[in-house]
Amino acid sequence: MTRTDVQLMLDVKGGDEQSFELLLQRYRTPLVNFLFRMVKNREQAEDLAQEVFIRVYRAREEYVPTAKFTTWLFRIATNLALNSLRDHRHQKLEMSIDAPLTADTEDGDERPFEVADKHLTVEQELVEEERKKMIRRAIEKLPEKQRAAVLLHKYQELDYAEIAKILSCSESALKSLLFRAYEMLRVELAPLVARRGLK
Amino acid sequence: MPGQFNKVGDMSCVKMESRILAYMDGRLKESERAEMEKHLAACGVCRVRANEFRSVSDLLGELPMVEPTPAFDVRVRARVAAEPVKQGRWAWMRPSPRIAFAASMLLLAMLWIGYRKEAVAPLPISPEEASAGLMQDISVMEDHDTLANFEPLKELPPPVEVTADSADDNDQQM
Repeated sequence: MTRTDVQLMLDVKGGDEQSFELLLQRYRTPLVNFLFRMVKNREQAEDLAQEVFIRVYRAREEYVPTAKFTTWLFRIATNLALNSLRDHRHQKLEMSIDAPLTADTEDGDERPFEVADKHLTVEQELVEEERKKMIRRAIEKLPEKQRAAVLLHKYQELDYAEIAKILSCSESALKSLLFRAYEMLRVELAPLVARRGLK
Repeated sequence: MPGQFNKVGDMSCVKMESRILAYMDGRLKESERAEMEKHLAACGVCRVRANEFRSVSDLLGELPMVEPTPAFDVRVRARVAAEPVKQGRWAWMRPSPRIAFAASMLLLAMLWIGYRKEAVAPLPISPEEASAGLMQDISVMEDHDTLANFEPLKELPPPVEVTADSADDNDQQM
Protein backbone atom coordinates (compact mmCIF):
# COMPACT_ATOMS: atom_id res chain seq x y z
CA MET A 1 0.00 0.00 0.00
CA THR A 2 1.29 3.46 -0.91
CA ARG A 3 2.08 5.54 2.13
CA THR A 4 0.69 9.07 2.23
CA ASP A 5 2.97 12.10 2.29
CA VAL A 6 2.18 12.67 5.97
CA GLN A 7 3.00 9.05 6.84
CA LEU A 8 6.29 9.32 4.95
CA MET A 9 7.16 12.57 6.71
CA LEU A 10 6.36 11.06 10.11
CA ASP A 11 8.64 8.14 9.22
CA VAL A 12 11.39 10.62 8.31
CA LYS A 13 10.83 12.20 11.72
CA GLY A 14 11.29 8.75 13.24
CA GLY A 15 14.68 8.44 11.54
CA ASP A 16 13.74 6.57 8.35
CA GLU A 17 15.96 8.08 5.65
CA GLN A 18 14.37 5.90 2.96
CA SER A 19 11.05 7.71 3.41
CA PHE A 20 12.77 11.00 2.66
CA GLU A 21 14.07 9.45 -0.55
CA LEU A 22 10.48 8.53 -1.49
CA LEU A 23 9.31 12.11 -0.86
CA LEU A 24 12.19 13.36 -2.99
CA GLN A 25 11.17 11.08 -5.86
CA ARG A 26 7.52 12.07 -5.50
CA TYR A 27 8.03 15.83 -5.53
CA ARG A 28 11.30 16.53 -7.37
CA THR A 29 9.62 17.07 -10.78
CA PRO A 30 6.58 19.10 -9.58
CA LEU A 31 8.82 21.32 -7.47
CA VAL A 32 11.43 21.96 -10.15
CA ASN A 33 8.65 22.71 -12.66
CA PHE A 34 6.88 25.11 -10.33
CA LEU A 35 10.09 26.92 -9.45
CA PHE A 36 11.26 26.99 -13.07
CA ARG A 37 7.99 28.69 -14.13
CA MET A 38 8.33 31.08 -11.21
CA VAL A 39 11.96 32.18 -11.55
CA LYS A 40 12.38 31.48 -15.30
CA ASN A 41 15.83 30.00 -14.84
CA ARG A 42 16.48 26.28 -14.76
CA GLU A 43 19.67 26.27 -12.69
CA GLN A 44 18.22 28.65 -10.15
CA ALA A 45 15.02 26.57 -10.01
CA GLU A 46 17.03 23.44 -9.17
CA ASP A 47 19.00 25.29 -6.49
CA LEU A 48 15.77 26.51 -4.93
CA ALA A 49 14.17 23.05 -5.14
CA GLN A 50 17.22 21.63 -3.34
CA GLU A 51 16.79 24.27 -0.66
CA VAL A 52 13.12 23.27 -0.25
CA PHE A 53 14.07 19.63 0.33
CA ILE A 54 16.81 20.57 2.77
CA ARG A 55 14.40 22.75 4.76
CA VAL A 56 11.89 19.91 4.87
CA TYR A 57 14.63 17.57 6.11
CA ARG A 58 15.85 20.04 8.73
CA ALA A 59 12.31 20.54 10.02
CA ARG A 60 11.65 16.80 10.39
CA GLU A 61 12.10 16.76 14.18
CA GLU A 62 9.48 19.48 14.69
CA TYR A 63 7.08 18.21 11.99
CA VAL A 64 3.46 18.08 13.11
CA PRO A 65 0.87 17.16 10.45
CA THR A 66 -1.48 20.09 11.00
CA ALA A 67 -1.96 20.75 7.27
CA LYS A 68 -1.51 18.85 4.02
CA PHE A 69 2.11 18.05 3.25
CA THR A 70 1.81 19.70 -0.20
CA THR A 71 0.58 22.94 1.41
CA TRP A 72 3.69 23.05 3.57
CA LEU A 73 6.01 22.03 0.73
CA PHE A 74 4.71 24.56 -1.79
CA ARG A 75 4.52 27.27 0.82
CA ILE A 76 8.27 26.90 1.40
CA ALA A 77 8.82 26.81 -2.37
CA THR A 78 6.66 29.88 -3.01
CA ASN A 79 8.36 31.91 -0.30
CA LEU A 80 11.79 30.97 -1.60
CA ALA A 81 10.79 31.82 -5.17
CA LEU A 82 9.30 35.19 -4.22
CA ASN A 83 12.38 36.07 -2.13
CA SER A 84 14.67 35.03 -4.96
CA LEU A 85 12.74 37.14 -7.48
CA ARG A 86 12.89 40.13 -5.16
CA ASP A 87 16.66 39.71 -4.73
CA HIS A 88 17.26 39.33 -8.46
CA ARG A 89 15.08 42.31 -9.35
CA HIS A 90 17.73 44.65 -8.00
CA GLN A 91 20.41 42.90 -10.01
CA LYS A 92 18.35 43.13 -13.20
CA LEU A 93 17.85 46.85 -12.74
CA GLU A 94 21.61 47.26 -12.83
CA MET A 95 21.91 45.34 -16.10
CA SER A 96 22.19 47.24 -19.35
CA ILE A 97 19.03 47.30 -21.42
CA ASP A 98 21.21 46.43 -24.40
CA ALA A 99 22.37 43.18 -22.84
CA PRO A 100 21.38 40.19 -24.97
CA LEU A 101 18.71 37.89 -23.58
CA THR A 102 19.95 34.59 -22.26
CA ALA A 103 18.56 31.24 -23.33
CA ASP A 104 16.70 30.96 -20.04
CA THR A 105 14.84 34.23 -20.28
CA GLU A 106 14.21 34.01 -23.99
CA ASP A 107 13.38 30.39 -24.59
CA GLY A 108 12.89 28.95 -21.15
CA ASP A 109 15.64 26.41 -21.72
CA GLU A 110 13.17 23.61 -22.25
CA ARG A 111 14.24 22.34 -25.64
CA PRO A 112 16.72 19.65 -24.55
CA PHE A 113 14.04 17.98 -22.46
CA GLU A 114 11.24 18.01 -25.00
CA VAL A 115 10.67 15.02 -27.20
CA ALA A 116 10.38 16.23 -30.78
CA ASP A 117 7.41 14.97 -32.74
CA LYS A 118 8.88 13.14 -35.74
CA HIS A 119 5.68 13.56 -37.74
CA LEU A 120 6.00 17.36 -37.83
CA THR A 121 7.75 19.18 -40.64
CA VAL A 122 10.44 21.71 -39.83
CA GLU A 123 7.97 24.51 -40.50
CA GLN A 124 5.35 22.94 -38.26
CA GLU A 125 7.95 22.48 -35.54
CA LEU A 126 8.86 26.16 -35.74
CA VAL A 127 5.21 27.14 -35.47
CA GLU A 128 4.78 24.81 -32.52
CA GLU A 129 7.87 26.22 -30.83
CA GLU A 130 6.65 29.77 -31.36
CA ARG A 131 3.32 28.81 -29.84
CA LYS A 132 4.93 27.39 -26.70
CA LYS A 133 7.16 30.42 -26.40
CA MET A 134 4.08 32.63 -26.49
CA ILE A 135 2.42 30.63 -23.70
CA ARG A 136 5.58 30.76 -21.58
CA ARG A 137 5.88 34.50 -22.06
CA ALA A 138 2.23 35.02 -21.13
CA ILE A 139 2.81 33.16 -17.84
CA GLU A 140 6.03 35.07 -17.19
CA LYS A 141 4.27 38.40 -17.68
CA LEU A 142 1.85 37.70 -14.85
CA PRO A 143 2.55 39.46 -11.53
CA GLU A 144 4.39 37.08 -9.19
CA LYS A 145 1.52 36.25 -6.89
CA GLN A 146 -0.90 35.71 -9.78
CA ARG A 147 1.70 33.53 -11.47
CA ALA A 148 2.11 31.40 -8.35
CA ALA A 149 -1.68 31.06 -8.07
CA VAL A 150 -2.03 29.94 -11.71
CA LEU A 151 0.86 27.46 -11.46
CA LEU A 152 -0.45 25.90 -8.25
CA HIS A 153 -3.97 25.76 -9.66
CA LYS A 154 -3.23 24.52 -13.16
CA TYR A 155 -0.12 22.36 -12.82
CA GLN A 156 -0.21 21.16 -9.21
CA GLU A 157 -4.02 20.89 -9.16
CA LEU A 158 -4.18 22.00 -5.55
CA ASP A 159 -7.57 23.01 -4.18
CA TYR A 160 -8.46 26.62 -3.45
CA ALA A 161 -8.14 26.29 0.32
CA GLU A 162 -4.59 24.92 -0.05
CA ILE A 163 -3.49 27.61 -2.52
CA ALA A 164 -5.00 30.31 -0.29
CA LYS A 165 -2.95 28.99 2.66
CA ILE A 166 0.21 28.87 0.56
CA LEU A 167 -0.26 32.46 -0.60
CA SER A 168 -1.48 33.64 2.83
CA CYS A 169 -4.77 35.03 1.57
CA SER A 170 -8.47 34.24 1.89
CA GLU A 171 -10.22 31.90 -0.51
CA SER A 172 -12.30 34.74 -1.96
CA ALA A 173 -9.13 36.80 -2.48
CA LEU A 174 -7.57 33.82 -4.24
CA LYS A 175 -10.56 33.42 -6.57
CA SER A 176 -10.30 37.09 -7.45
CA LEU A 177 -6.52 36.70 -8.00
CA LEU A 178 -7.05 33.73 -10.31
CA PHE A 179 -9.81 35.50 -12.23
CA ARG A 180 -7.54 38.50 -12.87
CA ALA A 181 -4.71 36.19 -13.93
CA TYR A 182 -6.92 34.34 -16.41
CA GLU A 183 -8.21 37.65 -17.74
CA MET A 184 -4.64 38.76 -18.38
CA LEU A 185 -3.73 35.44 -19.98
CA ARG A 186 -6.82 35.67 -22.17
CA VAL A 187 -5.58 39.02 -23.52
CA GLU A 188 -1.97 37.86 -23.94
CA LEU A 189 -2.95 34.66 -25.66
CA ALA A 190 -5.75 36.21 -27.72
CA PRO A 191 -4.32 35.10 -31.10
CA LEU A 192 -4.03 31.50 -29.94
CA VAL A 193 -7.40 31.61 -28.21
CA ALA A 194 -9.03 32.98 -31.37
CA ARG A 195 -7.41 30.22 -33.46
CA ARG A 196 -8.78 27.59 -31.10
CA GLY A 197 -12.21 29.22 -31.32
CA LEU A 198 -12.17 28.83 -35.11
CA LYS A 199 -11.44 25.10 -34.92
CA MET B 1 -15.31 45.11 -17.13
CA PRO B 2 -18.09 44.08 -19.52
CA GLY B 3 -21.23 42.83 -17.92
CA GLN B 4 -19.98 43.72 -14.43
CA PHE B 5 -23.29 45.09 -13.23
CA ASN B 6 -25.53 42.91 -15.34
CA LYS B 7 -27.90 40.59 -13.64
CA VAL B 8 -29.12 37.83 -15.83
CA GLY B 9 -31.46 35.36 -14.23
CA ASP B 10 -30.66 34.81 -10.54
CA MET B 11 -26.94 35.51 -10.90
CA SER B 12 -24.96 38.68 -11.54
CA CYS B 13 -21.89 38.73 -13.78
CA VAL B 14 -19.79 39.75 -10.73
CA LYS B 15 -20.87 36.64 -8.86
CA MET B 16 -20.10 34.60 -11.95
CA GLU B 17 -16.52 35.90 -11.90
CA SER B 18 -15.83 34.33 -8.52
CA ARG B 19 -17.21 30.98 -9.67
CA ILE B 20 -16.09 30.66 -13.26
CA LEU B 21 -12.83 28.78 -12.53
CA ALA B 22 -14.48 26.47 -10.02
CA TYR B 23 -17.11 25.78 -12.68
CA MET B 24 -14.40 24.92 -15.21
CA ASP B 25 -12.69 22.66 -12.65
CA GLY B 26 -15.98 20.91 -11.85
CA ARG B 27 -15.69 21.98 -8.20
CA LEU B 28 -19.07 23.68 -7.87
CA LYS B 29 -21.97 22.21 -5.92
CA GLU B 30 -24.83 20.89 -8.02
CA SER B 31 -27.07 23.88 -7.22
CA GLU B 32 -24.26 26.35 -8.00
CA ARG B 33 -23.47 24.60 -11.27
CA ALA B 34 -27.14 24.74 -12.35
CA GLU B 35 -27.25 28.45 -11.46
CA MET B 36 -24.06 29.04 -13.46
CA GLU B 37 -25.33 27.24 -16.54
CA LYS B 38 -28.55 29.20 -16.39
CA HIS B 39 -26.55 32.44 -16.31
CA LEU B 40 -24.26 31.39 -19.16
CA ALA B 41 -27.23 30.43 -21.30
CA ALA B 42 -28.65 33.92 -20.86
CA CYS B 43 -25.48 36.11 -20.79
CA GLY B 44 -23.48 36.16 -24.04
CA VAL B 45 -20.53 38.11 -22.54
CA CYS B 46 -19.99 35.60 -19.75
CA ARG B 47 -20.46 32.69 -22.15
CA VAL B 48 -17.68 33.98 -24.41
CA ARG B 49 -15.46 34.59 -21.40
CA ALA B 50 -16.07 31.10 -20.03
CA ASN B 51 -15.16 29.57 -23.41
CA GLU B 52 -12.01 31.66 -23.65
CA PHE B 53 -10.97 30.80 -20.12
CA ARG B 54 -11.32 27.16 -21.06
CA SER B 55 -9.12 27.74 -24.10
CA VAL B 56 -6.52 29.49 -21.93
CA SER B 57 -6.53 26.54 -19.54
CA ASP B 58 -6.03 24.12 -22.47
CA LEU B 59 -3.16 26.23 -23.81
CA LEU B 60 -1.43 26.20 -20.42
CA GLY B 61 -1.72 22.43 -20.46
CA GLU B 62 0.33 22.29 -23.67
CA LEU B 63 3.56 23.26 -21.93
CA PRO B 64 5.77 20.23 -21.37
CA MET B 65 7.00 19.17 -17.95
CA VAL B 66 10.62 19.97 -17.21
CA GLU B 67 12.55 17.03 -15.76
CA PRO B 68 15.22 17.79 -13.14
CA THR B 69 18.78 17.10 -14.31
CA PRO B 70 20.35 13.80 -13.15
CA ALA B 71 22.69 15.77 -10.88
CA PHE B 72 19.74 17.15 -8.94
CA ASP B 73 19.10 14.03 -6.83
CA VAL B 74 22.81 13.52 -6.25
CA ARG B 75 23.17 17.06 -4.92
CA VAL B 76 20.12 16.79 -2.66
CA ARG B 77 21.39 13.48 -1.21
CA ALA B 78 24.84 14.95 -0.66
CA ARG B 79 23.42 17.94 1.17
CA VAL B 80 21.19 15.72 3.32
CA ALA B 81 24.20 13.53 4.18
CA ALA B 82 26.17 16.63 5.16
CA GLU B 83 23.46 17.75 7.59
CA PRO B 84 24.58 17.54 11.24
CA VAL B 85 22.82 14.93 13.33
CA LYS B 86 20.34 16.67 15.57
CA GLN B 87 20.32 15.79 19.28
CA GLY B 88 16.84 16.12 20.73
CA ARG B 89 16.05 17.07 24.32
CA TRP B 90 15.54 13.40 25.23
CA ALA B 91 18.31 12.05 23.02
CA TRP B 92 20.32 11.04 26.10
CA MET B 93 17.48 8.66 27.03
CA ARG B 94 17.91 6.69 23.83
CA PRO B 95 19.81 3.41 24.27
CA SER B 96 23.36 3.73 23.02
CA PRO B 97 25.40 0.57 22.26
CA ARG B 98 28.50 2.05 23.89
CA ILE B 99 26.70 2.99 27.09
CA ALA B 100 24.89 -0.37 27.20
CA PHE B 101 28.21 -2.21 26.79
CA ALA B 102 29.91 -0.12 29.48
CA ALA B 103 26.98 -0.64 31.86
CA SER B 104 26.94 -4.40 31.34
CA MET B 105 30.70 -4.62 31.89
CA LEU B 106 30.36 -2.62 35.12
CA LEU B 107 27.58 -4.91 36.30
CA LEU B 108 29.66 -8.00 35.54
CA ALA B 109 32.63 -6.55 37.43
CA MET B 110 30.46 -5.79 40.47
CA LEU B 111 29.01 -9.31 40.44
CA TRP B 112 32.47 -10.84 40.22
CA ILE B 113 33.82 -8.73 43.12
CA GLY B 114 30.77 -9.67 45.21
CA TYR B 115 31.31 -13.35 44.48
CA ARG B 116 35.00 -13.14 45.44
CA LYS B 117 34.19 -11.53 48.82
CA GLU B 118 31.68 -14.27 49.60
CA ALA B 119 34.26 -16.93 48.77
CA VAL B 120 36.92 -15.61 51.23
CA ALA B 121 34.56 -14.62 54.08
CA PRO B 122 34.79 -16.93 57.26
CA LEU B 123 31.97 -19.31 57.76
CA PRO B 124 29.77 -18.71 60.83
CA ILE B 125 31.04 -20.82 63.84
CA SER B 126 29.43 -22.05 67.10
CA PRO B 127 30.74 -20.84 70.61
CA GLU B 128 32.31 -24.26 71.27
CA GLU B 129 34.21 -24.09 68.06
CA ALA B 130 35.24 -20.54 68.94
CA SER B 131 36.72 -21.56 72.36
CA ALA B 132 38.45 -24.52 70.79
CA GLY B 133 40.00 -22.15 68.35
CA LEU B 134 41.10 -19.85 71.23
CA MET B 135 42.86 -22.74 72.94
CA GLN B 136 44.64 -23.49 69.70
CA ASP B 137 45.71 -19.84 69.49
CA ILE B 138 47.23 -19.77 73.02
CA SER B 139 50.67 -20.52 71.71
CA VAL B 140 50.29 -17.44 69.56
CA MET B 141 49.15 -15.37 72.58
CA GLU B 142 52.26 -16.44 74.48
CA ASP B 143 54.26 -14.80 71.90
CA HIS B 144 56.54 -12.20 73.50
CA ASP B 145 55.32 -9.23 71.52
CA THR B 146 51.73 -9.98 72.40
CA LEU B 147 52.51 -10.26 76.07
CA ALA B 148 54.70 -7.15 76.13
CA ASN B 149 51.81 -5.12 74.89
CA PHE B 150 49.22 -6.76 77.14
CA GLU B 151 47.74 -3.86 79.13
CA PRO B 152 47.12 -5.51 82.59
CA LEU B 153 50.70 -6.72 82.74
CA LYS B 154 52.00 -3.18 82.36
CA GLU B 155 50.40 -2.20 85.73
CA LEU B 156 52.56 -4.73 87.67
CA PRO B 157 55.80 -3.49 89.45
CA PRO B 158 58.87 -3.92 87.36
CA PRO B 159 60.68 -7.20 87.95
CA VAL B 160 63.67 -7.11 90.45
CA GLU B 161 66.96 -7.74 88.80
CA VAL B 162 69.01 -10.43 90.63
CA THR B 163 72.76 -9.72 90.66
CA ALA B 164 75.63 -11.95 92.07
CA ASP B 165 76.31 -9.60 95.12
CA SER B 166 72.75 -9.51 96.24
CA ALA B 167 72.61 -13.27 96.00
CA ASP B 168 75.63 -13.59 98.32
CA ASP B 169 74.08 -11.19 100.84
CA ASN B 170 71.01 -13.24 100.88
CA ASP B 171 73.07 -16.37 101.51
CA GLN B 172 74.93 -14.74 104.49
CA GLN B 173 71.76 -13.58 106.17
CA MET B 174 70.48 -17.05 105.96
